[in-house]
Amino acid sequence: MSTTTDIVYEPSVIEGKPALAKVDADIIKPMNELPNKKFLIAISFTLTLLLIGAASLAYTFYRGVGVWGNNNPVGWAFDIVNFVFWVGIGHAGTLISAILFLFRQKWRTGIARFAEAMTIFAVMTAGLFPALHTGRPWLDGYLLPYPNQHSLWVNFTSPLLWDVFAVSTYFTVSLIFWYIGLVPDFATMRDKIVNNSVVNKIKKTIYSVLSLGWRFSNRHWSHYEMMYLVLAGFATPLVLSVHTIVSFDFAVSILPGWHTTIFPPYFVAGAVFSGFAMVQNALIIIRKVYDLEYIITLDTLEKMNKIIIVTGMMVGYAYAMEFFIAWYSGHDAELFAFINRAFGPYAWSYWIMVSCNVISPQFFWFKKLRRNIPFMFIIAVFVNVGMWFERFVITVTSLSRDFLPTNWDYYVPTIFDFGLLLGSFGFFFTLLLIFTRTMPVVSIAEVKAVAEGSQPAHHGLGHKEAH
Amino acid sequence: MERKILHSVTGLFNTPDEIIKAAKEVNKAGYKKFDIHTPYPVHGLEKAMKLQRSPLGYFAFVLGATGAALALFFMWWTMSVAYPNNIGGKPFFSLPAFIPVTFEVTVLLASVGTVISMIVIFFKFPNNSHPLHDTDYMKAVSTDKYGLCIESNDPNFNLEKVKNFFSSIGAYNITEIYWDNEELNTKKVIFEPKFVIGLISIAIITSGITYYLLNKLMFMEPFSWMMKQQKLSAQAMTTFFQDGFSMREPVVGTVARGFKPYPYPADSVILAENNLINPLEYTEENLNAGKAKYNTFCSPCHDYHGTGQARLNGQFPNPPSLHSDRARNWKDGHIYHVITMGQNTMPAYNKQLSEKERWQIVLYVRALQRALNAKEEDLQ
Repeated sequence: MSTTTDIVYEPSVIEGKPALAKVDADIIKPMNELPNKKFLIAISFTLTLLLIGAASLAYTFYRGVGVWGNNNPVGWAFDIVNFVFWVGIGHAGTLISAILFLFRQKWRTGIARFAEAMTIFAVMTAGLFPALHTGRPWLDGYLLPYPNQHSLWVNFTSPLLWDVFAVSTYFTVSLIFWYIGLVPDFATMRDKIVNNSVVNKIKKTIYSVLSLGWRFSNRHWSHYEMMYLVLAGFATPLVLSVHTIVSFDFAVSILPGWHTTIFPPYFVAGAVFSGFAMVQNALIIIRKVYDLEYIITLDTLEKMNKIIIVTGMMVGYAYAMEFFIAWYSGHDAELFAFINRAFGPYAWSYWIMVSCNVISPQFFWFKKLRRNIPFMFIIAVFVNVGMWFERFVITVTSLSRDFLPTNWDYYVPTIFDFGLLLGSFGFFFTLLLIFTRTMPVVSIAEVKAVAEGSQPAHHGLGHKEAH
Repeated sequence: MERKILHSVTGLFNTPDEIIKAAKEVNKAGYKKFDIHTPYPVHGLEKAMKLQRSPLGYFAFVLGATGAALALFFMWWTMSVAYPNNIGGKPFFSLPAFIPVTFEVTVLLASVGTVISMIVIFFKFPNNSHPLHDTDYMKAVSTDKYGLCIESNDPNFNLEKVKNFFSSIGAYNITEIYWDNEELNTKKVIFEPKFVIGLISIAIITSGITYYLLNKLMFMEPFSWMMKQQKLSAQAMTTFFQDGFSMREPVVGTVARGFKPYPYPADSVILAENNLINPLEYTEENLNAGKAKYNTFCSPCHDYHGTGQARLNGQFPNPPSLHSDRARNWKDGHIYHVITMGQNTMPAYNKQLSEKERWQIVLYVRALQRALNAKEEDLQ
């Protein structure tokens, strides 16, 4: 943002003044072409990762969860770390699509659809881990309260059950939010297809069914906009509640290092932090590969970097505050847990976390670095690594040394733990790649609505028209 | 060829300003059944079209409130009524612990319900057979044009007049849209036998798969591997111990907790009768406890009232009535001895019933006997 003049200058959401038909054509292009070499390389890479995960999973099913490194005090390890990590990744999508919508941040339009898709795939990935963690995932139906032959009900006072409700609600609402946003775009794509071959006929049928018969009627648009507002209003507290409830899984127990009231806001900030970093990573690649630089602009990326630095500082503050409270509580076990985190056997993971999460975003104070694409890509990778380690530090170091020294043990992951971690990345990115080729990665209708000259002149919005 | 039925007349505009002007004009001309199609929501059109504010917000509120009430009611019912469990000493209805789930269900029901009511009630979707579909008009408004459409069922509709009106407000590509006769004459698929048979076969296949998954697959390897454990089952044979038994006998001379030896052999009933005295009082508590145990252990043969004509009648020899003179004249110790050691075909009950419980049954049997043979003084 320019500081030399006192006129508030809102950078254009979309660079230049594209013809609306060009927006359509550019966004739909990947869906009408055969995949190019770059795409094939990318998907073969992610499928390899997915295969590694599938093999680890098959062996886990065959032998049982005993093949993981989890031991007696450390009963929660990679499984829960990965779950919290992936749920966190999802939070950026809802933040962009719902919270920024409520704040009327128009720059969100270019990235909202993609971020929402990431939310859905991230929650799907996350959902795998607690399901596997139960050991016999084919019996996970008992997590839901249904009238069964034992007349037993689930325990509604348990944070783990709250988690089931929070994550499944989050997934359903995100999916519906995403789908309802896609309906007009499916209708556009339906109308773009020339009905001249069998393949196109199949495509047209699919897009017609998905578009539900959307007609771009303004009598519909008025309900649609109201519904979008209502949904954004519900999704906003929902996204805050999800990671709050995930943090309750830890905070409601009495283990030193977990039993703190700072956890809910700290987890939510961390989730947004890591989520934005992941969105940043994926978008930088997508805009390059699909030539969408004028829709997903550098200004947008810079704004996301600003969110990364804000949430990164919140996370850093939480690290400091945890130490302060541990000392201030005067509780020996509490104090020990934190000293053990920073200087105990897992100190290496703690310092990876601090350097990635607290130190690396500080570079974004400089405008030059904030607008340097390769640099921000690297920082975003660091943030993702750091946030994964944050969950590792919280989960494993606290469990490995609790109250009684006789219980202490060191946790070492096995190759199956790493296999599942790699597999989760493969699962997530494979879904994402398939998404980029089957659905519009940018919301066509929303982008058109904020393009220059697309709204009536006398109904001036934004600052551009004012001067 | 049949005559086609007119649905509407459509025209296109190039800029958002023009469409806002057109919306105002069409209202001024008095048309009610018109619609405007734009590739994205254009600001100010709702006002120009004089549309009412969407009531979906109220839908969301009602649905959300329903969700909250349902969730709370359901948790109260499962946790405090249907199967109350003591979990860490928390109250059966612990409101703070119910808040997260209540919140999630509220959001879930409100979001899903609002979207579904919008699609089904307000839009009447899914509907892919609207006459506007697949027209050049629809293809133009889905990309970058702004379209006006006046429907033929408008009270003021007159084809020539409407066309002139379109030209007067500057529309181009003025076209008439007709219903598709083929689609109008199509029967509802839902009643076709093919569809019904398809539906039934899907139901059968789904339930078959579900049955197989839940009742067969879950009990096959490797899903059943938890059944295989390195332990001995109580009745199984083993090579580990020399005698081949898995179950071990206690060390000789072991005495169970609370065990007291009973000094009278089965045939010395007179000795027991003379030496044993009921240590219990006739209290309501003792009689109720005795009744419960009597009904469980004695009533199958002796009947709830001691008549000996009970529900096992015919499967075992009937025991004599407890109201016979002989039984009434027994001392408490005699009845106690019979319960403890058994008599004739009646087995001993000293394993199933504690000493106190046996005495409580004696009290209850006494009460039963007294009930059928009341004394004069009981009437007062």
